[in-house]
Amino acid sequence: MIELRALSRQFQVGEQSVRALDDVSLRVETGEYVSIMGPSGSGKSTLLNIIGLLDRPTSGEYLLDGRHTTGLSDDELAGLRSHKVGFVFQSFHLVARMTAFENVELPMVLASVPPVERRRRVQKVLTDLNLTDRAHHRPDQLSGGQRQRVAIARAMIMEPRVLLADEPTGNLDHVSGADVLSALEGLNTRGIMLLVVTHDEEIAARARRHIRMRDGRVVADERTALEPSAR
Amino acid sequence: MTPGDLLHFAIESLARARLRSAMMLIATAIGVASVVVLTSLGEGARRYVTGEFQSLGTHLLIILPGRSETAGVQPSLFSGETPRALTLGDAQALLRVPDVERIAPLVVGSAPVSARGLSREVPVIGTTADFLTIRNLRMAQGSFLPPAELGRDTAVCVIGSKVRKELFPRGEAVGAAVRIGERRFRIIGVLSDEGRAIGYDLQELVIVPVSAAQQLFNTESLFRILVAASDHEAMPRVRDAIRKMLSERHQGEEDVTVITQDAVLKTFDRIFTALTLTLAGIASISLAVAGILIMNVMLVAVSQRTAEVGLLKALGARGSQITAMFLTEAILLSVAGAGAGVALGFAASWIIGRVYPSLPVGAPVWAVWLALGISVASGVVFGLLPARRAARLDPVVALSGRK
Repeated sequence: MIELRALSRQFQVGEQSVRALDDVSLRVETGEYVSIMGPSGSGKSTLLNIIGLLDRPTSGEYLLDGRHTTGLSDDELAGLRSHKVGFVFQSFHLVARMTAFENVELPMVLASVPPVERRRRVQKVLTDLNLTDRAHHRPDQLSGGQRQRVAIARAMIMEPRVLLADEPTGNLDHVSGADVLSALEGLNTRGIMLLVVTHDEEIAARARRHIRMRDGRVVADERTALEPSAR
Repeated sequence: MTPGDLLHFAIESLARARLRSAMMLIATAIGVASVVVLTSLGEGARRYVTGEFQSLGTHLLIILPGRSETAGVQPSLFSGETPRALTLGDAQALLRVPDVERIAPLVVGSAPVSARGLSREVPVIGTTADFLTIRNLRMAQGSFLPPAELGRDTAVCVIGSKVRKELFPRGEAVGAAVRIGERRFRIIGVLSDEGRAIGYDLQELVIVPVSAAQQLFNTESLFRILVAASDHEAMPRVRDAIRKMLSERHQGEEDVTVITQDAVLKTFDRIFTALTLTLAGIASISLAVAGILIMNVMLVAVSQRTAEVGLLKALGARGSQITAMFLTEAILLSVAGAGAGVALGFAASWIIGRVYPSLPVGAPVWAVWLALGISVASGVVFGLLPARRAARLDPVVALSGRK
């Protein structure tokens, strides 16, 4: 569960101060599937960065699973990122020198999970995402869709509560995009909160809750009454 | 992250940037190798000189004509001018000093030596039978000068092996006659190549009785007198007694210099240790340069890997972990470079030792540790700045690829 209370984020650009987020209040429950849309510069990415604890709000409060995050130290934030949040990026952000297996293992290496446990979990996640035969390939030997699925496996490996996807299909063709989305949605049906930032109405429509942003504000927040389209 | 994970991560990223890693490794290796080579040269020179002096024996006093204010090598050694001559009478008198065991007066010059039409200019030393014992010389053939009274002039000589080879390429030398200057001498022995004597090449030497040499070079004075005391403890006593006796013989003037082996040895030891330290210092500069190179290359590496750092942060890496990761890389490189440098340095020293067998090269242990220490320390020091810079990167900025 995440809760934002009157959250603002200002950037200093030269002499001017720009409000990337302006008084945003939002509450997303565990297990929700939310799309965030809006034009460039509307604050979607800043919102995602703050929810992912990569960035701090200028004012307002952010509670993750009921816990205030505003006063936490950098190391405490790193700990929360490690255990509570998974990221999926548009450009995958896989480490080029590492195999798929090692990329998926990386969050556990950072979290000092014992090697035997790491191996077991990586193998399980790779099986879930149909990547077993790609485990020892490096990113440059994988297709775009495979890369993004490796990234999803990496985001999931620490079993976070929140999965943040910033344009996850932006660099993919239609077929692999659909592949990646169904992988993400599969995780959502298992109870993980999924937040997808996108430009694509079609993708946004798959979510059950739709947030629209403009000029740093939430201008629309609607829920689809329909059954989830991911089937 | 366990140390194993850190190491694995560092090795993988170094292996990825092979050229960059190799360059940093080579820079460190050259620095360390130059410390090893230069100090082993300095140390070799020191060992050579002390070895030369020690081969003269530790009971030895050397008496030079002329007063020198400081210990060590004195000017008249080079100028050849002697304020007041040391004479055979002086030498003889020294035998009466208590605890003096042996003396060997020296007259040194150079003269043409010829036999059967072959002729050569060689250094000639005039001395006595005790010279053999005092300088630890060995005979290859025949015998050394016979013990005789100092003033006794016998026409016999002992030659070095090279002189023998050149003047008597085939025939037997011992018993043969040679002409030295204007006089004929009979060869009674050939020196062995073993043993060392500073200042002369034993192989190219001709030794004649001291009075024969005085006549040959037309001089009354002695180049110096070597005195062997009965034991090491007696040295200061003997030195004082010699000074006193000679000043009495020279109308109360202290116009000789008495050098003990220890003093000379210590002086040379100090000089060469200073030399070695200087060389080590010079070589250390290249280590510092290597350190700065490591820093620059690591800084470039950090900026090239900004996105990776951002990702690591997003995946939950703490700042300290990122510092540790980059620092491990820097340390790993400098340790590997230092290891390679020590190997390279020892290999080069070994080759130098082969090329100049008389120089006992060998890097002192302290220099090796110093080089290793400095290179690892420079890895830490110069790796820390880039590593901390990486750790402080803003993850949002880093991930977006903007710098």
